[in-house]
Amino acid sequence: MSDIAGRLRGAVRWETGLAVVVLLIVIVGSAASPDFLTGNNLFNLGLSNGEIAIMTLPMTLIIISGEIDLSVASILGLASALLGYLWSKGWPMPGIFVTVAAAGLAAGAVNGLLVTRLRLPSLAVTIGTLALYRGIATILLGPNTVSSFPTAYTNLGINAVPFTGNDITYSTAIFLVLALIFGVVLHATPAGRSIYAMGASAEAAQFAGIRVKRVKTILFMVSGLICSLAGVLYTFRLDTAVQNNGLGLELDVVAIVLLAGVSIFGGKGSIAGVVLAVLAFAGIQNALLLTNFNQEATGIVTGVLLLASVFVPNAARWLRYWARLLRRPQKA
Amino acid sequence: MSAAGDVAGDGQDRETPAGDVAPSGTAPERRSGGEVVLELRHAVKSFGAVRALVDGSVELRAGEVHALIGENGAGKSTLVKILAGVYQPDSGTLLVGGQPVTLHGPAAAKAAGIAVIYQEPTLFPDLTVAENMFIGRQPLRAGRRIDRREMREEAAKIFKRLGVPLDPARIARGLSIADQQVVEIGKALSLDARVIVMDEPTAALSAAEVDRLFDVVRTLRADGAAVLFISHRLEEVFAICQRATVMRDGKHVLTDDLAGLTAADLVRAMVGRELAARPSEAGAGTPGEAVLTVDRLTSEGVFTDISFTVRSGEVVALAGLVGSGRSEIARAIFGIDRYDAGAVTVRGQDLRRASPTAAMAAGIGFVPEDRRQQGLVMDMSVQQNVALASLGRLAKGGLIRSSAERALASDWAVRLKIKYGRLTDPVAMLSGGNQQKVVLAKWLGRGPAVLIVDEPTRGIDVGTKAEVHHLLAELARGGVGILMISSELPEVLGVSDRILVMREGRVVAEFSHAQASEEAIMSAAMGQHEQAAS
Amino acid sequence: MSAATLHDPADKVAGGVRASTLAERVFRIRESGIIVVLAVFVLVTTLVQPRFLSLANIQFILVDTTVFALLALGETMVVVTRNVDLSIGSVLGLSAYLSANLFTVSPGIPIPVVFLAGLGIGLACGLVNGILVAGGRVPSLVVTLATLYIIRGIDILIVGGKEVVAASLPSAFLQIPKSTVFGIPDIAIVVAVVIGVGAYYMRTFRSGRDLYAIGSNPEAARLAGIPVGRRVFTAFCVSGAIAGVAGVLWAAQYGTINSGAGTGYELQVVSAVVVGGVAIFGGSGTVVGAALGALLLSTISSALYVLGISPFWDQAIWGFLLIVAIALDQTITERLTSALRSRRTRHE
Repeated sequence: MSDIAGRLRGAVRWETGLAVVVLLIVIVGSAASPDFLTGNNLFNLGLSNGEIAIMTLPMTLIIISGEIDLSVASILGLASALLGYLWSKGWPMPGIFVTVAAAGLAAGAVNGLLVTRLRLPSLAVTIGTLALYRGIATILLGPNTVSSFPTAYTNLGINAVPFTGNDITYSTAIFLVLALIFGVVLHATPAGRSIYAMGASAEAAQFAGIRVKRVKTILFMVSGLICSLAGVLYTFRLDTAVQNNGLGLELDVVAIVLLAGVSIFGGKGSIAGVVLAVLAFAGIQNALLLTNFNQEATGIVTGVLLLASVFVPNAARWLRYWARLLRRPQKA
Repeated sequence: MSAAGDVAGDGQDRETPAGDVAPSGTAPERRSGGEVVLELRHAVKSFGAVRALVDGSVELRAGEVHALIGENGAGKSTLVKILAGVYQPDSGTLLVGGQPVTLHGPAAAKAAGIAVIYQEPTLFPDLTVAENMFIGRQPLRAGRRIDRREMREEAAKIFKRLGVPLDPARIARGLSIADQQVVEIGKALSLDARVIVMDEPTAALSAAEVDRLFDVVRTLRADGAAVLFISHRLEEVFAICQRATVMRDGKHVLTDDLAGLTAADLVRAMVGRELAARPSEAGAGTPGEAVLTVDRLTSEGVFTDISFTVRSGEVVALAGLVGSGRSEIARAIFGIDRYDAGAVTVRGQDLRRASPTAAMAAGIGFVPEDRRQQGLVMDMSVQQNVALASLGRLAKGGLIRSSAERALASDWAVRLKIKYGRLTDPVAMLSGGNQQKVVLAKWLGRGPAVLIVDEPTRGIDVGTKAEVHHLLAELARGGVGILMISSELPEVLGVSDRILVMREGRVVAEFSHAQASEEAIMSAAMGQHEQAAS
Repeated sequence: MSAATLHDPADKVAGGVRASTLAERVFRIRESGIIVVLAVFVLVTTLVQPRFLSLANIQFILVDTTVFALLALGETMVVVTRNVDLSIGSVLGLSAYLSANLFTVSPGIPIPVVFLAGLGIGLACGLVNGILVAGGRVPSLVVTLATLYIIRGIDILIVGGKEVVAASLPSAFLQIPKSTVFGIPDIAIVVAVVIGVGAYYMRTFRSGRDLYAIGSNPEAARLAGIPVGRRVFTAFCVSGAIAGVAGVLWAAQYGTINSGAGTGYELQVVSAVVVGGVAIFGGSGTVVGAALGALLLSTISSALYVLGISPFWDQAIWGFLLIVAIALDQTITERLTSALRSRRTRHE
């Protein structure tokens, strides 16, 4: 029993704080507008944030493993462009889905190989693939826009999942299902444990027989696959495939993951935190929208929370450091 | 008396390095004729339960090269760190130039004129050699601009003085260890260090580089500096030093002129101890089939033609000095490092693919040398660390069964008597000894046929040491074949059935438990009874 | 190196010198490498389309580069210390709007004052970054990502849906990017001079060299007594200030400024800086190289346009170049460090 208490006490400090923040947002939001806690509003949240939310899940695993993937939004754009391009060439949709999935896997595999085989720093190299994949997307579509996808598919983007009432978009449903899967993998499987280990100490992980390179490559490939899925949903929601779909979203994805208490250095974080962070991110945006506040200023709140995520956990240690510094006599 | 003369008598006033203040400790004036420059008296230093230094004393004179000798764990590196200002002694006095000083940190040590050259120097790889020497205090010309030419010339002058033509304008990245050391020595000289401590400087050098280093040391000596030379290589000690201080078990044992000593005297001083202190766990198991066979294993430049067998129930020790290649062999067997030639066979099966996964599947467990970086994931809990190598076995239907994980951890915690608060505490909170037990538990949880342990009791308190030795004997009794790498002679003698001694990448001697003695092993490790060299 | 070489001390040292010349050469190649790539692009493009080297086009490329070259200067100083500043795009946007707005708020305001205002705004932002990173000892990636959001948010709040239009700006201001001397655009010269000053500072002053030391080996820098916190703080202040000035310049070039100005610039600048030879983990690279990286970015854009190749190849080519540059740098570094580290030769 005390074991669980200790585990709870230790593991969920930041996530608890985040849960409180989400609660606050809900309170403030519903106070400010009666529409906040409605199913309809939940639906809108799903529409505007679904794809970003989905992309945060593989990003979480990658950052915990000690790397980062800044090309996620470009893979989304590439998938979208490929979808539009092939559709405009008359391919059947099932065939397109397979191709787009393969492209996502390939893009992720390239990232993985560059990082594990060539041992290139993932921060720098995924800035490169960010440009490369966006570039390929641009080459595919040029200035063109492909739209008028069949409603059967665009419904996937804009409709609610049948039999669940009218509140849950497909992207929300997919996010929840994936969150469950990723959560189980990260927190309850050997693979997940090894991801934490390699993020905390790549050397010790290697000495324990963990195949660091293989796992990281798989993570990048999964990220590529998921991002291409997000790209498909994005395209159907907007009924538009254009080269700049998803431009700039990578920073939102990273911000949410960091907000969740996932350490940029690797080795720490939880899926529960990520779900809460997604809720916080979406909720802030939504609350500001409903209160007619300039919703673009959600950035400020996001930024402040991001700062809190690095300063608050360290606060105790930080205060002690400054106290010690001030007490010490000055030396040259 | 050391033949130091005054330096070229340039009569220069030694200026305080620009911009630095020496708040604690005065840099000693240049003295000649062997006057005492630095004295450490009865320093004591403990880390928790581990008493690293019990009576550390050393006295250095100007113009002499003074050897500091002792086995691993004798307290040498703690003493050095005290001189470097990294540690402050719990008690004892440090006198520099006759004045008692307290060194609060490395900057204070530098200001006091003490420079330490470590075995692995840390330079700035992206800066030039000259900049490495003068960073933070580069010579300036008009308008506070760095005078690069002056800096290069100063550096070149120093290198000339040392007799080593290094190019001051080259980038530090890619310099050999030998060259890096010379840069560090040059830096020390440019800071007018009067005491230069060299911590096992020759461990990573070739013969030619050692010769060059010795020329440099002789120059330093002629300059009037005091050099503290830490080394295991007795032939080098006799070649370059005038006096020697021997330490054993954290205590000062003897200080004397080398002229009146032999290598045997030194070895005896290093290892002589009451027999009662030696563990007597050897011979617990009954040697059976060969579980690990290494055949002519070679890694270019690291180890050559290594062949030995470990049988089930047997404890085989690999003894030798640091740098003789033992850990590298272990890593090659376990698949972390590649090797160039030779074969490894485990329980009759060839271990072809060099990967930890293959080694583990074959039944090898590996407790590495560096507990904190390699043996444990410090941020993870005790339980998680114990489970780390058994994740697959603890999982059912793809999911880790936390009850099984907990059971594994608590079982082994009981069996190994690991002291911890909660199984979920971060492993960093445990003492060194208990941390080591966690590493052992991790591997024992897999039931290996072969267990390789590298320095199993380094940095561990006496009580836990004994427990670990007993454990190893128990394992041998249970049929595990154990390959133990150790630099602690009592441990080697007390626990192993057979002892292989390595020197500079080769096996140079083999002793059975009955034949072995500390002097014999040490002599073989130091090449005193060397047969063929290469 | 063979055992034979090692037996002869003179030979060994000679080997050391030989290696050093190679290392020197290899590292100088970095900047010359970009110049070579630039030259190749220019040459090939001009052969196909002589119009590329027309005066008008050269002027265009140079002007186009100025903002990014300035940003690259500031970013280099930060990256060299093993940090990163992701907020520069937001700072540029805020500064562009506020400073351009000054012309409406106080008509007749002298242009230099506006530039100073931009610098001030940027400096204020840089100060915040510096305090948070240096004082808080928290990862700069997280901090500057946060300030990217916060500053952009403030910008959006201030700007709302409004925008500053060229018509409201004095013609003297809009003329700045257009005026030339002997055919070379004024601002290109000014920016080149600023880059030169920055390069000179990084090379010739102790505090500049400290930045490299901090990135090359942070622990050793601390041990060597370098005031790491102070230097990193200053680097962020400078980066912010430069982004502020770049904002004013941007306003002069584009004339129309809304809340989206500068969005996405940060990653482009980091990529230009990396192509220019600045290591992402700090310690090496030059301001000149980074500026050349920015120049290369503009040149490729223009070349593709002039060649009639769809400009949509731009990003792909740039991404590919960046990956190649990173891989090249990594291979060189590994080659240099491994050659002599693994060797613990005991040849007797």
